[in-house]
Amino acid sequence: MMPQIFQTVPIEHFVYLSAVLFVIGVVGVLTRSNAIIIFMSVELMLNSVNLLLVAFSAYHQDPAGQIFVFFIMAVAAAEVAVGLAIITMIYRNTHSVNINDMSRMKN
Amino acid sequence: MLTSAFYFIAFVTIFFAIMVVVSKNPIHSVLYLVLTFFCISANYIFMLDATFVGMVNVIVYAGAIMVLFLYVLMMMNLDSIAEQKRSAMFKISAGVTGGLLLLLLVAALKDASLQVQQEAAIADQRIGSIKVLGFILYSKYQMPFEVASILFLVAMTGAVVLGKKDASDRSIGLEAIK
Repeated sequence: MMPQIFQTVPIEHFVYLSAVLFVIGVVGVLTRSNAIIIFMSVELMLNSVNLLLVAFSAYHQDPAGQIFVFFIMAVAAAEVAVGLAIITMIYRNTHSVNINDMSRMKN
Repeated sequence: MLTSAFYFIAFVTIFFAIMVVVSKNPIHSVLYLVLTFFCISANYIFMLDATFVGMVNVIVYAGAIMVLFLYVLMMMNLDSIAEQKRSAMFKISAGVTGGLLLLLLVAALKDASLQVQQEAAIADQRIGSIKVLGFILYSKYQMPFEVASILFLVAMTGAVVLGKKDASDRSIGLEAIK
């Protein structure tokens, strides 16, 4: 039994919402220079994909899409733990989380 | 009712997501991201009948992950350090790139046909319920589930190794205490 929402709201509108959220995440990664906010923009992109997976899972009545959401969450949690540890270490050494300063790692 | 609720939540989600990117203060960014996650969870629970995914989204994302972000931000005390400004040219080109990407996505998805192919799925149960999801997770997707636990172990070890101070640093710290 498909959720009631698809009787009035077409699945395309979920797709467009997800696309807009994804693009906001992409613009965040491109424009900000604070490493933590770039990380948060990546989380936004992951969440937009999650939204799309759940919408299609409900639309096609296939639970596999919602299982994939759990795996995306697991990967995101692992990524955040390691990434924030790296950012903390960079901050400890350079007293900055600005990605433009990280070019000094070249040498 | 449900239709207007969907559009309201969609616009609120987009507004909060934009605020995440444009906020000057990183702590405001984190709080707006929490609100965005709440809106997405509301979408899961009320619109799409995916109650379990919605609850896990609140607990894992809005709870655990965002608390981690907030903790790291508070620890670094970034308010005192002004963020380096990027040139207006750079921001405009990033905006144009994002707009083009959106245009591309919409154009690609506009003509896609999304016909429902009704399979002989679990007909009598709600697929978003914890019963159905748990059954599939522990039967069909048991191998990826176990691999995810190894991923967590590796990530945890990596975070501890990265966060550990070197022996030299520790001796310097002890001297400072003395």
